Amino acid sequence: MTAHERTTAPEGQAAPMLDVRDLRVSYRSGEQTVPAVRGVSFTLDRGQTLGIAGESGSGKSTMALSLLRLLPASAQVSGEVLFKGEDLLTAKWARLRAVRWSAASVVFQGAMSALNPVRTIGEQIREPILLHDKIGQRAARERAAELLDSVGVPSRRLESYPHEFSGGQRQRIMIAMALACRPDLIIADEPTTALDVMVQAQVLNLLGELVREAGIGVIMISHDLSVLSHMCERLAVMYAGRITEIGPSKQLIAEPRHPYTRALGRAFPTIGDPASRLAPAGLPGDPPTPSELARLSEGRGCAFAPRCSEAMDACRTDTVELWPSGPRREAACLRVLEGSGT
Amino acid sequence: MKPVLEVRDLTVTYPARRGAAPARAVDGVNLRVRQGEIVALVGESGCGKSTLARALVGLVKPTGGQVLSDGEPLGYSAAALKAYRRHTQLVLQDPGGALNPRQNVFDAVAEGPRLHGLTDRLDERVHTALAKAGLRPPEQFAGRFPHEMSGGQQQRVVIAGALALEPSVIVADEPVASLDASVRGEILKLILELRDSLGLSALVVSHDLGLAWNIADRVAVMYLGRIVETGTVEEVLLRPKHPYTRALLSVLPDSGEPPVLLTGEPPDPTSVPGGCRFHPRCPLRAAEQDPRCDGEDLPVLTGDPSASSLAACHLVQ
Repeated sequence: MTAHERTTAPEGQAAPMLDVRDLRVSYRSGEQTVPAVRGVSFTLDRGQTLGIAGESGSGKSTMALSLLRLLPASAQVSGEVLFKGEDLLTAKWARLRAVRWSAASVVFQGAMSALNPVRTIGEQIREPILLHDKIGQRAARERAAELLDSVGVPSRRLESYPHEFSGGQRQRIMIAMALACRPDLIIADEPTTALDVMVQAQVLNLLGELVREAGIGVIMISHDLSVLSHMCERLAVMYAGRITEIGPSKQLIAEPRHPYTRALGRAFPTIGDPASRLAPAGLPGDPPTPSELARLSEGRGCAFAPRCSEAMDACRTDTVELWPSGPRREAACLRVLEGSGT
Repeated sequence: MKPVLEVRDLTVTYPARRGAAPARAVDGVNLRVRQGEIVALVGESGCGKSTLARALVGLVKPTGGQVLSDGEPLGYSAAALKAYRRHTQLVLQDPGGALNPRQNVFDAVAEGPRLHGLTDRLDERVHTALAKAGLRPPEQFAGRFPHEMSGGQQQRVVIAGALALEPSVIVADEPVASLDASVRGEILKLILELRDSLGLSALVVSHDLGLAWNIADRVAVMYLGRIVETGTVEEVLLRPKHPYTRALLSVLPDSGEPPVLLTGEPPDPTSVPGGCRFHPRCPLRAAEQDPRCDGEDLPVLTGDPSASSLAACHLVQ
């Protein structure tokens, strides 16, 4: 089926809301082309939540931001991002601007830098509403007040400036803005990373409720596997620009099939678990550097092999891709193919 | 056993800014770290834990109370502080910021020894420190610059810089907060190894209760300038008494119990509530309606390390 046929397919039928196919992003850096995302595919429907886990440099944020073409011009993006049947990677800028905010919005990490410091938050929440929904100032004002109340910030504070709020409140305001035009998809990039545990729990709780009520599809990016597994039904783990394992969150945490998922899971101890008491678990070595990645992309072999305790000779020479590893799950590990990947 | 590091009734008050009241960042703390012991100090941002850590290494002069090192009160003359810092070293949060980008690893680690005039066999001292911090072989790392290393390696350089002075205590302020999950475990392992091989004591400041479970022997939970609960890690984290500790544990994703979401933001050290300082947010007080909660101040916890747990709460004695 081509992209064009999908465009004409009636909405709400078999085609998923978001269908990402072989997405690749590389950055030009001097003479070199450095791959950041090396072939990512997944689908997401309305009301579904997908968590993307990975460490810094895994390509998770680049991948998420490329969906709405929010990357700098030095990024080269290829593949397909079919959103309601329309390929956002080839869409005209005017069309893309219409999709941003109104159909798909982003909650960025670090609300302090994402909010404009010299404009009141009321103005900032109203801006996308006025731009996209063609309603009057007064109606926009009312909607902004409702939104602010719905995220637990008193609406009388609409005329306050970002610096007058705490970190947790600013992140709530970001969520209110993302919800302003009633989108079908929200991309949340580390929405709670800079927040304290208690505030993080409040914000996640809020996001979870709003998303469930409105049936919005969510892609949530985080380095924290335990947070993602509680927020999202499905989880994708990224390493070196690729998805290494994807499937239902609970299964991925309880029975990881990829050694990297296993290591990442152990890195977040469960309090009360005797196995982790006075025994922190890490993973020796470092993720591949950009130049190592560039080399990897040309040759074969598993990018994780140098750090993998279970690597075999074949891991360094064979092509590794996502293979089915159970119902609704896939893992990019040769051991899975062997049938011994437990 | 004599504590290697102790604070008694410590207070640190920052002067008022523009008409606001002074900030009582640390408002009465007793804490002891014994030989070979790892103590985790946990709390949310703004609770005073970093100020307490800085007071422990003499970077902040207390407004009241004392810091004692091997039982001796800390002096604040330049010479006394210099001598003290051979004994107690600080490891900071963000290794990228703590290292000078134009200084190679050798010079970064040698800085402390040079300041202290320990230049005899400096190479050997630096290489030993690098090896202890897990940068092996040390010759391979000595000439590198910070940007040539990963975050985990940078943090190892910072730790090596502390170890080069052969301290008996390390105060680490969020040593793994800026590191990736897989690297975090490796650095925590290193801190445990240093304790086992060198008998090093450590006070580790963190917002992460999982870190306490991973490496600490005892834990102190701080709220608005005071320690509200302290004791062995098992006792405090598995059988928490204080409603604040209970709430913090309940919001962890793996807690297995319904989360107790405290309302409001972490409170303000410029206006500490009277009575129990946690009472405006306390779920237990809301249920029990005890007049002592907002009417009667709580005594400062003694910080006695032999008690399995102590909690500053009117309702859970």
